[in-house]
Amino acid sequence: MLTDEQIRQRIIEVISEEFELEPAQLVPEATLYDDLGLDSLDAVDMVVAMEKSFGVKLANEEAIKAVRTMDDLCRLILSLKKDI
Amino acid sequence: MPLNRVVITGRGAVSPLGIGIAELNDGVWQGRSGVKIMEDWRLIKGMRAFTAAPVPEIDPKSLLPRAMRRTMGDMAIHATLAAREAADDAGLSDERLGSGRIGAAIGSTTGSPEAYEAFYKKFLAEQSIEELKSGFFFKIMSHSCAANVCLALGITGEQWSPASACSSSAQAIGLGYMLVKSGRQDAVLCGGADEVHHTVTMVFDVLKAASRNHDQPLHTPRPFDRARDGVVCGGGSGMLVLESLESAEARGAEIYCEVLGFGHINDCSHIANPHTDAMAGAMRAALDEAGVSVAEIDYVNAHATGTLQGDIAEAGAINKTVGSEVPVSSLKGHIGHTLGAAGALETVIMLEMMRRQEIVPTLNLENPDPLCGDIKLPLEIAPHKIDTVIKNNFALGGVNTSLVFRRWQ
Repeated sequence: MLTDEQIRQRIIEVISEEFELEPAQLVPEATLYDDLGLDSLDAVDMVVAMEKSFGVKLANEEAIKAVRTMDDLCRLILSLKKDI
Repeated sequence: MPLNRVVITGRGAVSPLGIGIAELNDGVWQGRSGVKIMEDWRLIKGMRAFTAAPVPEIDPKSLLPRAMRRTMGDMAIHATLAAREAADDAGLSDERLGSGRIGAAIGSTTGSPEAYEAFYKKFLAEQSIEELKSGFFFKIMSHSCAANVCLALGITGEQWSPASACSSSAQAIGLGYMLVKSGRQDAVLCGGADEVHHTVTMVFDVLKAASRNHDQPLHTPRPFDRARDGVVCGGGSGMLVLESLESAEARGAEIYCEVLGFGHINDCSHIANPHTDAMAGAMRAALDEAGVSVAEIDYVNAHATGTLQGDIAEAGAINKTVGSEVPVSSLKGHIGHTLGAAGALETVIMLEMMRRQEIVPTLNLENPDPLCGDIKLPLEIAPHKIDTVIKNNFALGGVNTSLVFRRWQ
């Protein structure tokens, strides 16, 4: 079973690869839209990438909408840790 | 309201001969062919045509940012690169592109066939859209090239996307000509794109209209030749900036030629068969609108794809329209039939012929078919006065287009 830190690291790797961003940019406080330049289409692809990478379902649309920062994303995925 | 004169001030190309107009023109003047064997296609049951003229591999990552690429199939990537080159060639600033006075008319046969196939392969096998990415629809929509080009270049004028397979970009040039002539736009980026894909070539294969000359891929297609055996599909994108003379002169832009007339005739006799009278009608209509006499025509750039029926029908139409003394050639031997890109890519080469005052003959034409015989088919590159030309493009579905251009002096 992955540790929280390993999951956070994996999230950074996936986001970095999917959106061609430098891992160093993906600090916990980085906002997805303003700091990382992602948009609504990217948000769709982010969910797909997370589901594929971790084998989970991100079915709670309200929880997804509430994701603003990298840390929010990590917390969301960690909340599904039992499924990973 | 007086109508504007319309001129061409920019050219862009992504072709089987390389990226950019220099690669295209150099390849053509060197007599190179972009045709190759597509080995993977041999594995498709029932498929018998394995040649194509694809764009050489490029690394889009180094050329376009991710946010643009995510909604582009290959054809939209090629269209965007060609459009950028054309806008740069014309000297159009970002400010002017975003002024609302510049539009885009960019067509293709369909959206990206590669993207269609990738989606349906997974969807039909799994009945699932769970891993469907957001960019999918924007790659397959019919106006994928036009929309992506407008986004990439910041074009805020009218966006159009004529879709008529093999005459898409010829229609786009005709449409841009009308938009500029009428004063709706100061300039329009006109062109088209298509990509090499087995689902495209198989359309012609099924109709028994695709070349099967696999032993000599560099010697097919063979427009007007006795040994021609069909189309070789190509990929890429051609782009032209059509602009009002007033706008071009005010900017001090280099002008390559004037667009004088556009003939556009529908043939409702058969969905697939070529129609000599409709082809001739398109040429006649273009000449009439141009106010140009047959005696003024120096050269005809033929659509001639290398099919048995099409070349004969077009040769007959050319003979009927301009007689047997005007030089005629097709560029399909060099770049294959680039479908939605054909009209614009071939016009880019035609502009170079005007500049050099040389006629490029039909590559692979060695023994003119007597059935295509009553037209003048040069066999070597030769100096020739080329001031006024007819450019033909025809498409399945009854579309017949002709444009008349005149060198700017």
